[in-house]
Amino acid sequence: MNAQSTDIATYNFAYLDEQTKRMIRRAILKGIAIPGYQVPFASREMPMPYGWGTGGVQVTASIIGPDDVLKVIDQGADDTTNAVSIRAFFKKVAKVDVTTETAKATIMQTRHRIPEQPLTAGQVLVFQVPIPEPLRFLEPRETETRKMHALEEYGLMHVKLYEDIAKHGRIATTYAYPVKVEGRYVMDPSPTPKFDNPKMHRSPALQLFGAGREKRIYAVPPFTDVVSLDFEDHPFEVQTFDQPCALCGAENVYLDEVILDDHGGHMFVCSDTDHCEKRRADGHHGHLAPEAHLVPEKTEPAE
Amino acid sequence: MDIATQSIDGGFAEPVFNAQAVFRAIMDAMARPGSMQALPQLTRPPAPLSATAGAVALSLCDNDTPVWLDPPLQAEASVKAWLGFHTGAPLANTPADAHFALIANPKEMAALDGFAQGTQEYPDRSTTLILLVDDLASGPSLLLEGPGIEKTSMIAPPGMPRHFVEQWKQNNQRFPRGVDIILAAPGSLACLPRTTRIKSIEA
Repeated sequence: MNAQSTDIATYNFAYLDEQTKRMIRRAILKGIAIPGYQVPFASREMPMPYGWGTGGVQVTASIIGPDDVLKVIDQGADDTTNAVSIRAFFKKVAKVDVTTETAKATIMQTRHRIPEQPLTAGQVLVFQVPIPEPLRFLEPRETETRKMHALEEYGLMHVKLYEDIAKHGRIATTYAYPVKVEGRYVMDPSPTPKFDNPKMHRSPALQLFGAGREKRIYAVPPFTDVVSLDFEDHPFEVQTFDQPCALCGAENVYLDEVILDDHGGHMFVCSDTDHCEKRRADGHHGHLAPEAHLVPEKTEPAE
Repeated sequence: MDIATQSIDGGFAEPVFNAQAVFRAIMDAMARPGSMQALPQLTRPPAPLSATAGAVALSLCDNDTPVWLDPPLQAEASVKAWLGFHTGAPLANTPADAHFALIANPKEMAALDGFAQGTQEYPDRSTTLILLVDDLASGPSLLLEGPGIEKTSMIAPPGMPRHFVEQWKQNNQRFPRGVDIILAAPGSLACLPRTTRIKSIEA
């Protein structure tokens, strides 16, 4: 501990000053006590632009300690710019251990996915949230949306979902799909694909949400009901995929489409890179995995 | 020891890391109501403030958060001086103004609905009560359920406020308004957020 406090001379541990951390910590506790309610907080400027996870970073910085192991994902991937730079940020300012393995992490900061591997008690999932207010695109005035939450007046959201059905024949919302938390607050699960909504329901992990630009923190405690809004005759459904992951052969996971060439070649692979790597290490492989074919079928460049 | 010395002594030895450790214990306790979180002795506040309650106050309170003290704490100038020196928190004149309330004698405390409940629009503007209890296991058993609890959980703090179960039911009914409770026992703490329902009291 002593070494830690002297080594970081230029910044306080985890970048934020102590008063800011206390303010954020108080907001987190209120968020946990009122599941799904958006607690206003005095969001700080962070050394990264809005939209890059300033809310999530502030939440992580306020809860992280020297013994934590941090994982950061961006659309499921551990190796994209946002994930790599946030991981490097905490390695530098908090000197914590980082990992890409879901099972080893105590804190996971995520941009728009929940890992495929089920989370366990004691883990904390921190979401980066761009627009925390699920009613914002239906009602732009904060005074009004606040009143709607106060009165539990969510008819407008059901009208929106109904209009989806009237226009498209089904609920066309595929991400940021609104949920009701513990039968009270309608909440934006952040722009995760609706595929991940069922994972939030009674998850053993604590889920914290930070919106830096919009200055809101909210939370879903473990074992809390998170129900996606739907209608009796149009029940909530998650996305399904026609084919398994091209690299690891996984089914019932969320897949990304990857373009392979400019002749229409493409493949579908796991969005959760850690899950995919682990499955391939365990000997699973899909039809485009290098170990399945020495020369992959569709990837040859035009010569 | 005179008050000036007493008020300076006994804070966190490692302010940054101790505050983080205490906060994580509170966060885990709030997320899993009824679970007991162990906490080493990190502060030495003047009596009747306890080490656990002192640590909670130091990790959460500052000049933004008016603190209300119950009469036994109010009566001790050294407690006020210690909190003042280490947190900078102003003292709230009434329970309804308090962001945090430190209660050394929960048995005799004012009614829960006398504290800030928040508003329907801003239910977060409510008082968090920090109750000093002797332990978390020797009193009447409280069977808990609600968010954060897989099935049920059990806690048995002694010396709780009068008609606590009835008062807590009313606190539940005010949701989303209401108060949250941090139970500070020697060496451990537990939380009762406003969502937790007390199912029954077993003898």
